[in-house]
Amino acid sequence: MSAGPVSSRPVSAQTRALPLPRPPLSGALGALGFLALAGVVATAWLGLFVTPPDEFMGNLVRLLYVHPPMAWVAFLAFGVASLASLLYLWPRTRTEHFDRLAGASAEVGVVFTGLTLVSGSIWGRPTWGAWWVWDPLLTTTALLFVLYLGYLALRRVPGDFEVRARRSAIGALIAFVDVPIVYFSVVWWRSLHQAPTVLNPTTRKTYVHGSMAWTLLLGFVSFTLLYAWLTAHRYRLAKLQDLEDTEGLDLALRERRAEGDAR
Amino acid sequence: MLRDAALVAGKDLRIEMRSRVALNQVGPFAIAVLLLFGLALGPDRAVLAPASAGLFWVAVLLSTILAVQRSYAIESADAARDGLRLSGLDPAGIFLGKAGAIAAQLLVLEAGLTVGVALLYGAHLNGALVLIASCAAGTLGLAAVGTLYGVVASGLRTRETLLPLLFLPVVAPVLLAATKAWNEALAGTPGRAGSWLEILAVFAVLYMSIGTVAFGSLLEDG
Repeated sequence: MSAGPVSSRPVSAQTRALPLPRPPLSGALGALGFLALAGVVATAWLGLFVTPPDEFMGNLVRLLYVHPPMAWVAFLAFGVASLASLLYLWPRTRTEHFDRLAGASAEVGVVFTGLTLVSGSIWGRPTWGAWWVWDPLLTTTALLFVLYLGYLALRRVPGDFEVRARRSAIGALIAFVDVPIVYFSVVWWRSLHQAPTVLNPTTRKTYVHGSMAWTLLLGFVSFTLLYAWLTAHRYRLAKLQDLEDTEGLDLALRERRAEGDAR
Repeated sequence: MLRDAALVAGKDLRIEMRSRVALNQVGPFAIAVLLLFGLALGPDRAVLAPASAGLFWVAVLLSTILAVQRSYAIESADAARDGLRLSGLDPAGIFLGKAGAIAAQLLVLEAGLTVGVALLYGAHLNGALVLIASCAAGTLGLAAVGTLYGVVASGLRTRETLLPLLFLPVVAPVLLAATKAWNEALAGTPGRAGSWLEILAVFAVLYMSIGTVAFGSLLEDG
């Protein structure tokens, strides 16, 4: 009997059973990707060159077309992740799909939360004179960011699929329940000190009109499409990883047995 | 369920009484944190006294992590966790017992820390009722979240780093509300602490309920 180490990554072409990843811009998913990317490019072009500068904010207003859509996608992603976790915990709808969807959506959400914080910070520096102010929305978003980084860290802990999925789903709900408490406590905390700052949707409405409104709408639509596209791909990747974990070992065993049979 | 909770809490507290880890390590750790805050902010009492409520609660939060880790460290030796699962005790009772034991230890620690901030930072301890009420409600919330995430993290190889990352962001509202309630009490306006006490109570009830429901399946997974 040979004592050589068993290769954990068999590459023999005959036994290769894993579906190979398709290029990211092919098929129906690819069409979605094209639409999303075209929308983002169009938003950037309209936002930078077509729309007029704002009466008060000047060119700074151009961040309006990307920053709120990013924030919307972040909240949407966390909402989807929480719903998927809930559906995973519900015995009747418990399938691995919901676990993967929760993970994929939360990961995209964390990316967009990070982008929201960065773009908000860049906007805040010239308008408020500071990279950061302790505004309720900003503070809540920053806490959300670390909250879901913790959730992703929990997901990455290796273990049996079902154990990991249930643990992650409960973790996601513990985090989700916290969001309204965080928000209201932060709002009350700030309201005792000063009036709400610039991020006030009612005042913003008054100076968004015409081409600006259309660009903002396009921004929301294309970032939402971008979210769907990225999440779908992250989901596919998670599925492939799971396949690799299970099938990869099977392939290795099969190769090892074939080696023995050949003797 | 409550009888099981009393059994588990009694067991945990008895182990603490005998091993004195909380007394000999967590207590001194909290005092060290208070001293370090003093060094960081400087000796000026005009700076320290207004900050004492926040510093007190940050010290409590950090100590809670140690208390939770300790609470699950005693279950990891000699397969005590399997014993707990085999014992036939109600999982909700186990959760309430462990959370109760952690809360009891934290309350003792908070009493010591209160003396600490009065002595070291020169905080005037007004509004004792609000101080005690916010300690009680805040500690229950901290113990509930800590026990919940403690069982999630226990048995994992990365538990020491994972628990603080999971725990601290979730209890941010406790830090905020408890600090505000203490600030109002210390400033001599305990009547304005009402809504903060409500947040603390809602938080405690919410996470105690999640814990009693979810603890069983998390304990089985370990």
